[in-house]
Amino acid sequence: MTTLKKLTHKQWFAVLVLVIGIIIIWYIAALVMNGNQMINMLERTGQSWTYTQIFEGAYGIQRPPLPVPHQVAYELYDSIFNNAITSKRSLLYHTQITLNSTLLGFILGSLLGIIIAIGIVHNRTLDTSLMPWVIASQTVPILAIAPIVVVVLGSMNLTGILPKAIISMYLSFFPVVIGMVKGLRSADKLHTELMITYNASTQQMFWKLRWFSAQPYLFASLKIGIAAALVGAIVAELPTGAQGGLGARLLSGSYYGQTVQIWSALVMSALLGWVLITLVGLAERFILLRRGIS
Amino acid sequence: MQAVETLTEITREPRSHRQMIAIDKLSLVFETNDGPVHALSDIDLTIHEGDFVSFIGPSGCGKTTLLRVIADLEQPTGGEIQVGGTSPEDARLNRLYGYVFQAPALFPWRSIASNCALPMEISAQPKTHRNAQIDKYLGMVGLQDFKHKFPWQLSGGMQQRASIARALCLEPELLLMDEPFGALDEITRDHLNMELLKIWKATGKTVVFVTHSIPEAVLLSTHIVVMSPRPGRIVKVIKSPLPRDKTLALRDTQAFTALAAEIRQALATDHQID
Amino acid sequence: MKTLLTLLAITLLLLQSGIALFLPKGFYQGTFLLPLLLLSLFAAGYLMSRMTQIADGQSQWAKPCKLAVPALFGLMILLVWEAIVRGFDVPLVLMPAPTQVFVTLGNNLPLLWADFQQTYLKAVVAGYVMGCGLGFITAKLVVRNAFLQKGLLPLGNFMASIPIIGIAPIMVMWFGFDWQSKAAVVVIMTFFPMLINTLAGLRSVDPLHADLMYTYAAGKGQIFFKNQLPQAMPFIFNALKLNSTLALIGAIVAEFFGTPIVGMGFRISAEVGRMNMDMVWATIFVAALAGSLSYGALALLERRVTFWHPSVRSGR
Repeated sequence: MTTLKKLTHKQWFAVLVLVIGIIIIWYIAALVMNGNQMINMLERTGQSWTYTQIFEGAYGIQRPPLPVPHQVAYELYDSIFNNAITSKRSLLYHTQITLNSTLLGFILGSLLGIIIAIGIVHNRTLDTSLMPWVIASQTVPILAIAPIVVVVLGSMNLTGILPKAIISMYLSFFPVVIGMVKGLRSADKLHTELMITYNASTQQMFWKLRWFSAQPYLFASLKIGIAAALVGAIVAELPTGAQGGLGARLLSGSYYGQTVQIWSALVMSALLGWVLITLVGLAERFILLRRGIS
Repeated sequence: MQAVETLTEITREPRSHRQMIAIDKLSLVFETNDGPVHALSDIDLTIHEGDFVSFIGPSGCGKTTLLRVIADLEQPTGGEIQVGGTSPEDARLNRLYGYVFQAPALFPWRSIASNCALPMEISAQPKTHRNAQIDKYLGMVGLQDFKHKFPWQLSGGMQQRASIARALCLEPELLLMDEPFGALDEITRDHLNMELLKIWKATGKTVVFVTHSIPEAVLLSTHIVVMSPRPGRIVKVIKSPLPRDKTLALRDTQAFTALAAEIRQALATDHQID
Repeated sequence: MKTLLTLLAITLLLLQSGIALFLPKGFYQGTFLLPLLLLSLFAAGYLMSRMTQIADGQSQWAKPCKLAVPALFGLMILLVWEAIVRGFDVPLVLMPAPTQVFVTLGNNLPLLWADFQQTYLKAVVAGYVMGCGLGFITAKLVVRNAFLQKGLLPLGNFMASIPIIGIAPIMVMWFGFDWQSKAAVVVIMTFFPMLINTLAGLRSVDPLHADLMYTYAAGKGQIFFKNQLPQAMPFIFNALKLNSTLALIGAIVAEFFGTPIVGMGFRISAEVGRMNMDMVWATIFVAALAGSLSYGALALLERRVTFWHPSVRSGR
């Protein structure tokens, strides 16, 4: 009994139990929802039904209201491994499209954000004029601009990855600016005064002190930024719908009622988001650990 | 000159004979990853009504732990303890004592007056009574002009005075204080020590006071309990020969110095810290 | 010298505004007025740095100047926008001028109000209240159970890293095209930040305060309302502010996936399809206004409730 008690103190065990619980609830809910749909369909065609019939069929219908995990898993497997990566039926094809715009936008947005943040911290006028707008932009649903950007750039014949990357860049820019400004200003007061006694120049202050104090904040906002870039890329695919990408896949799935397709695209996006953030987290641990910050 | 008492009995003043706290063979063992820790071992102690008792000793000697056992904040693993004639839990549920922590522990979202009202709100006392108590005890600690200020607007010493006033508002018979002046500078500390003595004399309460300052223990107490760590135990209980009416000038007298030396000696024996 | 330059800058800006607003369209084609725009940018920059210097000082003009600088910056953006669109006679389907957007806004108030009701008053408010409420209640239920917390925290972090907005098509399938599905999206988006923050807040109680309540033999309800809840308020407001933005974004973007013929998201995607860019910008303006006013209201409420917190006291 004590081993069970000890297990409950471990994080992975708690997560495992929770995930198993969710899966169980999922299966039960699917039974109820899919079963209801089956019943409605059968009653409409005037057929009689039995519970065993429902039970056996609920997990296998074509367009279930709630696909079960194994259906989604099969669809994922099928679309990833049974299709060439260049085929439009391959989920990897779509993932790679979304990933490209996400990464491009994220890198551009982060660089721009860092540069602007450095400007804000070192130039008082930029600080008073620009910073309030950066903070205010957090309250505004910027994502709503996505269709405009896509369409306007499209009419200038700039299609494909560029408009999506611009939206991703725009979305990841703001958290990076805010985090970086906070970080650059977070240098320990005593450290700053020490540098002043050494008569350090502004550049030296930056490279030898502020850049380091900013890094924990920078990484935290990079995680937010990359998640925002992913959302931007997905939403940017909605207006034009056509070409490809996970957002396009979600949209086409919802148009044609292909629920399993929707769920598999959703799972793929979730995985992508989680992987991207974990990668940033790993980079963070590697860099910060080398400097002794846990 | 010095009246060295045995470990089990303290002669009392010719006032009330009532035992406030009776502790018999008390022990507290913590189970840790590195094995059992004997925080308290075989404690025998009796405290009478109206006494001012200090617990003094180096860190780890169990003085705070013992205070927390009395307050029902920790449970002993062996032995018996009675507070006010009942178990510590019943004493706590009947609000027999007021506890003053090392830090003021005032709620920053409440004004000073509102902080003092907190225990009275919890025990559902009527508002007029609450306000009367607040005025009385804030007046006693000299903070009546700061009733509507917030904790962060007061200095450390003033916050600690407010915390004492709060403990007094429920008018408990017993006051438990855990190094309340430890974080303050010496000048403020002297001032607050005298204030505490005045309050003690005016209210006749029993006070149990944890400190690591020998002069403070000598100045304030009727009885000094010297403790030692590993395992936490009582080394000596010293009854103070100093008069009950004290002033700061007392610190330069021979009786004071002698008592302090006795405490220092008790602390030095039994372990290698000198 | 300084006052001379300041007067020169102001004159330049006024001149530029006049050009942008009153000259017939196409005034940058074939003329040499464009360098004037650049000059006026420098002028604005100069004015802003002068005002910043005053804002850093101690005079009575310090506070107004501090507000005037970002205001001027915003106005400059609008000015440049207006000048370039009208000066180069940019087609309306590509980019409308700010004045045009405001005219359209004024002309379509009933329509925009109906959209606002559908998206904000129905989907956003209902979803926000339910999502935050559920998150709060779950946190209260879970705070005493370390095991559940250990499982929920990583789950919450996972949910924060994924594009939850993708759940919109599924919600449309389950709850129909109307505002209920959008509210469902908002509920899911706001639930986890509220849960994580409330949990962190309830757990942030100073152990000394917990001991204090114990010595008062306080009941569970008393401990919750007198100690834990006030202490958790800074965290809760953090989540409430974040959620207000998420809720608006969620409702609008969810409408991109399908909605009846009303709603801000619908308006944007429909008018984009018809290339009525001025209407699109008008809707975005309404959305931005709604977002910033909601956030501002919450921030004001936060100042009143958490007046005691160090970050509020020292004035961030």
